[in-house]
Amino acid sequence: MALKASDLKVGDTHTSRLVEDLKRTQLVQYAGASGDYNPLHTDELFTTQVAGYPSVFAHGMLTMGMTGKMLTDYVGDGRLTKYGVRFTSQVWPGDTLDSTATVKSVTDKDGGKLVELDIKTVNQNGVEVLSGYAEARVD
Amino acid sequence: MAVRTFPVEATHILMFARSVGDDNPIYADADYAAKTEAGGIIAPPTFAQASAQFDPDYVLRPKPGKPWFGSGKNPSGVVRGEGGGGGNGGGLHAEQHFEYHRHLKPGDVLTATALPGKTWEKEGRRSGKLIFSENVIEYRDQNGELVITARGVGVRTERPVDQK
Repeated sequence: MALKASDLKVGDTHTSRLVEDLKRTQLVQYAGASGDYNPLHTDELFTTQVAGYPSVFAHGMLTMGMTGKMLTDYVGDGRLTKYGVRFTSQVWPGDTLDSTATVKSVTDKDGGKLVELDIKTVNQNGVEVLSGYAEARVD
Repeated sequence: MAVRTFPVEATHILMFARSVGDDNPIYADADYAAKTEAGGIIAPPTFAQASAQFDPDYVLRPKPGKPWFGSGKNPSGVVRGEGGGGGNGGGLHAEQHFEYHRHLKPGDVLTATALPGKTWEKEGRRSGKLIFSENVIEYRDQNGELVITARGVGVRTERPVDQK
């Protein structure tokens, strides 16, 4: 279901929970599917003893992927034209993430309509882990 | 990164969607997807990143008979040289941007071509000197059409990111 431009106002928000108590197994799942086997995400021994981090942590692209579900659930399937993010803090096993899209503008382009969104994903402490933007075709 | 053949397959899309916790049937159920506006299964928005699977030289995948820096008998399978400083800060992903000219679907066969990107430095508060490097990847389909433009920014840190 796509959004209707006439229903959208600047400042409208859509929020959803991406994950509760992120599991290490999901990091393994993402490594396998994406092909990014960096041990920082799946190998506790390497990450704590060699790399010097307190534990393995999530691929940035996993956070972007989970945030992508919030986006496509909101704007509809196949509607995104742009999606970009900055990874602003690391995401750790045990984290619970919530993500919000905020309508920044609704514009006409080439006979169609586009919505621009600001995106922010935060952890259970309210710390921003991802900030970004998206653009999607709306009806 | 250069990838000569990235075949987009339904099973891979299913596995990728599961891994990001997305149970939307548009990624898994061909009958459902056929009745949607998309007209069939499509790939989730960050799927192009899985092109790493098809890069023969991708450094973050263990290869048979080659040293691998993850743990085995020892915390790392590779002995690090002197001068590593305060441990290996290593490379982290700082930014990722996608522009979709159309959405990927099973049956697409993509090529990925890397364009030269910028590098720059910055002094970081939590991890010492930061060296950023940008890469732009153009994904083209079996007809030579540009389908996705991806721009990534990686950062190498002088030391692990301070958690305080």
